[in-house]
Amino acid sequence: MSLITPDFGLIFWMVVIFGVVFFILAKFGFPVITKAVRKRSEHIEDALREAERARLSVQEAAIQRQQMLEQTRTEQGKILQDASKAKEAILSEARAKAQEEAAEMLRGAREEIAAEKESALREIRSEVSALSLAVAEKIVRKELEETPEQLALMERLSDEASAPPAN
Amino acid sequence: MRPNRLTVLLLLAALLLPVHAAAAPQEDAPAIDMNEYIFGHISDAYEWHIATVNGKHISIPLPCIVIDGGVHVFSSARLGHGEEYQGYRIAATGQPHEGKIVRAADGSRPVDLSVTKNVCGLIIDSIILVVLILLCARWYRRHDYLKEAPKGLAALLEPVIMTIENDVIKEAVGPDYKRFSPYLLTAFFFILINNLMGIVPIFPGGANITGNIAVTFVLALFTFLMVNLFGNKHYWKDILWPDVPLFLKAIPIMPAIEILGMFTKPFSLMVRLFANMLAGHIMLLSAVALIFLTAKMGPLLNGSLSFVAVVLGIFLDCLELLVAFIQAYVFTMLSSVFIGLAHQHPEKETH
Repeated sequence: MSLITPDFGLIFWMVVIFGVVFFILAKFGFPVITKAVRKRSEHIEDALREAERARLSVQEAAIQRQQMLEQTRTEQGKILQDASKAKEAILSEARAKAQEEAAEMLRGAREEIAAEKESALREIRSEVSALSLAVAEKIVRKELEETPEQLALMERLSDEASAPPAN
Repeated sequence: MRPNRLTVLLLLAALLLPVHAAAAPQEDAPAIDMNEYIFGHISDAYEWHIATVNGKHISIPLPCIVIDGGVHVFSSARLGHGEEYQGYRIAATGQPHEGKIVRAADGSRPVDLSVTKNVCGLIIDSIILVVLILLCARWYRRHDYLKEAPKGLAALLEPVIMTIENDVIKEAVGPDYKRFSPYLLTAFFFILINNLMGIVPIFPGGANITGNIAVTFVLALFTFLMVNLFGNKHYWKDILWPDVPLFLKAIPIMPAIEILGMFTKPFSLMVRLFANMLAGHIMLLSAVALIFLTAKMGPLLNGSLSFVAVVLGIFLDCLELLVAFIQAYVFTMLSSVFIGLAHQHPEKETH
């Protein structure tokens, strides 16, 4: 029967001992441990989240880099194409201009030559007419008197002579 | 190979033990009193009996403290063998208050606050527990626990503490668990260490502490206080004015049942722990008693049954290790559940 009758002395001591143990452990024992472990698991969770975020941003940066690289490449191609086009255009323009200038110079030269020829011909003609006049004068002075009919004839003759050939 | 080894073991047991038995004169040795043997081991005592060598008891005397119109403190050695000291003696077998200190004059009981075997065991186990937990807590104070993995004692205790807190306390108590977790953890480890020390057969252990109804009574009382002192409005409404048809509470049938339930819950905690630990001790003692009971029945029977007793003892010890943990776990879990029930928030009634 004594087995199931709680003894007062033991109850008293148990209350005291358990009370003291509870007080000590609840104040200096378990909260320290559980708080530390809780804090650590939060810390680990944070670190994991941070790592995930870092991983994502690295991935994003890689994608961005790839995009930039591709963009640069297309731009480079475009620039090269433009440059070659511009080169072509400049070359053809220069060629055309040179041709035009050459033609212009040729034409100028031809005109000058023609003018020179004309003036030379005119000079020659007047020279020839003066010469023939002098010759005729000399001949005529010998044979003819200076009559008005003869003078008119001479005039006509010299005009005929100074006129350009009919053909 | 296997049967061979078993046979060798059996032979060894059979050969060794009879020699020992033959060496001692068995014929005139008194027959073992099973009742005294078992109850002597599982009940509380004023001295801590360690062993009996050649009929001489080796025990540690413990202080007796009696409050009876003044404080009387004396060693329990003075009350040995029914002796009387300062007007007190230990009541003999068959008398009222058997085995307790009584007044020598009329056999009545004074207020007895003696440091008995169980009190002494409680103190030793509590010191061990407090030192273990404080050493573990010190590790967290002294180390950068965010960067270092726990070592040594902290590594041993941390998983247990966190398993109990996360899987038992947090689940059962609910969102308010942080307020109650120190009590529940203390209860768990207090019961666990006392259970485990109860299995250790020699001096600092071996006291049947958690198998004593006074100890489990106090533990259940603490849980009762924790449940009822911090219960919320909904809890008290459920007890005093439950959600049942009016005629069941106009004549307070349901409140009476609910109030009874307030006490039966911790009562079940008390009896469960007490009965489990007591039964475990009795089983182990009975297994060992086989050896002594059969001592006079001839070498063969004694030898073979001793072997059986040792095997059975090993098995029961393993079982008790398991039970020590399970009972601490169950006590903590049910305490958590009771505390959790007192902190429920009323859900919207759907019916």
